[in-house]
Amino acid sequence: MKNPLDSITGTIVAGVILTIIILALLENFLNT
Amino acid sequence: MDFIFAGATDIYAGLMRFFHVIAGVAWIGLLYYFNFVQVPALKNAAADGTGAGITKHVAPLALLWFRWAALATWLSGAALLGGNFAAAFLLQTGYEAIGIGSWLGTIMLFNVWALIWPNQQKILGMKKATDDEKTKARRVALLASRTNVMLSIPMLLLMTNGLSHKALLHI
Repeated sequence: MKNPLDSITGTIVAGVILTIIILALLENFLNT
Repeated sequence: MDFIFAGATDIYAGLMRFFHVIAGVAWIGLLYYFNFVQVPALKNAAADGTGAGITKHVAPLALLWFRWAALATWLSGAALLGGNFAAAFLLQTGYEAIGIGSWLGTIMLFNVWALIWPNQQKILGMKKATDDEKTKARRVALLASRTNVMLSIPMLLLMTNGLSHKALLHI
């Protein structure tokens, strides 16, 4: 599998996915 | 002229936040410049042998501002957290979002000083390196830089919505 960080598009998509994961973590698993 | 009546603590926090944003714009602005402009431009320049101007005159100066802006951003952010520094980094109640943002910023600062800068010094010839070492340095520096672009997306969301404005987070 190609490393997504090898392209700008892959990097931004990876960043957006990471953002969604962090938001889900914040809203569901941390005491917020 | 309400600021005249603000307390010293508010003025300090306001100035620190202002400086934090300016330093952050310089840091992340240069990060995006490297990734969105300089890297693709150097690839094109390699084709006709015109990249020397960038590597000799632009890159070292951009890296100078980049790494010190990164440090200034982190320090002003830490100063802004003040007494809440530990609460943020320990993800205590109410500080989870800004805490994760702070950790992301800290990882990014580490990438700048421990991975990007030392490897860029080899790539740009500021530090002696063999061709093999330069090839490896290029890969490490690129991946560290791209990692920072990736991390900047959640980091900026959490910085802008993680503490005083939480509309996007429902927390």
